[in-house]
Amino acid sequence: MGKIVLKSVRKSFGQVDVIPSLDLTVEDGEFVVFVGPSGCGKSTLLRLIAGLEDTTSGVIDIDGQDATDLPPAKRGLAMVFQSYALYPHMSVRKNIAFPLKMAGMDPVEAAKRVDAAANVLNLTNFLDRRPGQLSGGQRQRVAIGRAIVREPKAFLFDEPLSNLDAALRINMRQEITELHQSLKTTMIYVTHDQVEAMTMADKIVVLNAGRIEQVGPPLDLYDHPANTFVAGFIGSPKMNLIEGAEAAKYGAKTIGIRPEHIDIAPGGGWAGVVGLSEHLGSDTFLKVKTDQVGTVTVRAGGEVMLRHGDRIELRPQLGKLHRFGADGKVIP
Amino acid sequence: MARKPSYLARTAVTIAAWGVGLLIFFPILWTILMSFHSEGDAIKSPIEMLTSPWSFDSYAEVQERSNYALHFYNSVVISLGSTLLALVIAIPAAWAMAFVPGRKTKDLLMWMLSTKMMPAVGVLIPMYLGFRNLGLLDTLVGLVAVMTLINLPIVVWMLYTYFKEIPGEILEAARMDGASLRSELLYVLMPMALPGIASTLLLNVILSWNEAFWTLQLTTHDAAPLTQFIASYSSPEGLFYAKLSAASTMAIAPILVLGWFSQKQLVRGLTFGAVK
Repeated sequence: MGKIVLKSVRKSFGQVDVIPSLDLTVEDGEFVVFVGPSGCGKSTLLRLIAGLEDTTSGVIDIDGQDATDLPPAKRGLAMVFQSYALYPHMSVRKNIAFPLKMAGMDPVEAAKRVDAAANVLNLTNFLDRRPGQLSGGQRQRVAIGRAIVREPKAFLFDEPLSNLDAALRINMRQEITELHQSLKTTMIYVTHDQVEAMTMADKIVVLNAGRIEQVGPPLDLYDHPANTFVAGFIGSPKMNLIEGAEAAKYGAKTIGIRPEHIDIAPGGGWAGVVGLSEHLGSDTFLKVKTDQVGTVTVRAGGEVMLRHGDRIELRPQLGKLHRFGADGKVIP
Repeated sequence: MARKPSYLARTAVTIAAWGVGLLIFFPILWTILMSFHSEGDAIKSPIEMLTSPWSFDSYAEVQERSNYALHFYNSVVISLGSTLLALVIAIPAAWAMAFVPGRKTKDLLMWMLSTKMMPAVGVLIPMYLGFRNLGLLDTLVGLVAVMTLINLPIVVWMLYTYFKEIPGEILEAARMDGASLRSELLYVLMPMALPGIASTLLLNVILSWNEAFWTLQLTTHDAAPLTQFIASYSSPEGLFYAKLSAASTMAIAPILVLGWFSQKQLVRGLTFGAVK
């Protein structure tokens, strides 16, 4: 069981409110991703749940019990840090066994659990090495191993893949997702990478300046952003947000259209010149300077061979257009 | 590309380095040389002294007149005892300052260090009277206590510097793994800071061993360490250079040997964090 409920949780450092007041429920077994730009308070929120920071006010319930004032060790949660935070003076085996030793577990039983975790994470051959002798990916696996042996109520991940190279990041992303599918334990994952958020989460929590902008399944957020912040943050490349006369035509302060929802079509209505053309093979991303709506990003097929300076016309798919009011919120 | 120094430049630097080294070591060397001559020869000109016959008479006389073993034992107890006690106090203090700093932590550290800038003689009378009233004069307990207090600022500062180099996330990981504060210190912080703790221990043993002001003022016989043993051979009149040198050599020999074998650790510890 690992249901976590935050009720009116507030955190301030001196005069600065990092998290004004926030309510959130993480259901048992859910994979929840906190995503947002740097400094939005997502890591602070995770540390509040972990107990590494004290809340200024509010209540944190873990499995129906008030855990607000419990020390980290008593909350039954495990955390994986961005810097791995392995104990450099201990072997991999001792690193993984450390939480079991702290729990006073029988060494024979602890050894069994360490072996089982090492087996799952492909670390069996490295058990007697020190962290300094491992690669980044292996170190992160050890950190995950140290978390799973405890069989915690929930796992907390604080940007665990940020220090890895791109290829390894994709591998580890998949491994963590598979781990969640096999363990079915609650996981809360902090990242600034919205691709990680989209691919891993059951539920995404988009944070901005300590406030929750929107909570929901990844595709819900993608298809139905609640405001311009979420619209601009979720999706890569970003949604085109257009203001001015063109938005007014649709009765909105801002209109949003995703790059893949703009067609290249003669007589489309938005005429412009290709400024930048990025050919990725499967897709082509075009930055087009239009006369009507400024610069927009367009996602076209890989076979589209437009170049800098080519003049084209664009047509937005009207059914996919998002309208936002003056307060930034979506107009239903 | 770095320029390779010429042979001449390297030779000059080597000679200069040896020169400086010898200059610093010379008083110790001269003390050792004087200790192996008779009182009469020890006050002769350097050439005459070095060409006069060598003897162990001064050592024999010092052994006969003083209880070297007692003073050696006292020095060991005072230096080791005060350093270990200081470590027991300073490790939690430095942990708190490094990992849970408050607004006044820096001020507190500076204040601790400032006590080292005060001339010791300034507090001699209150200290002496306090010791006398508490019955601590010429006791090992008293000396260990005063040495602990004297060296505590340095021990806290050194440990604070080493602890600052340890990433806080590792201690947070230990906390998440269920470690109590005691376990966090014992299993994670101290093993990681072991080189720093060892350097602090060595340096403070040396400082305590060599401390002469308080040991001379607060002891007479029972708790007198080797500094008192040396001082007992100094005299306003008569010939005493050879015996004084022999006593000095006997007093500094153990710490010299310790320093020699631990010099690598000491240098590493003292330059810790200076270069990343």
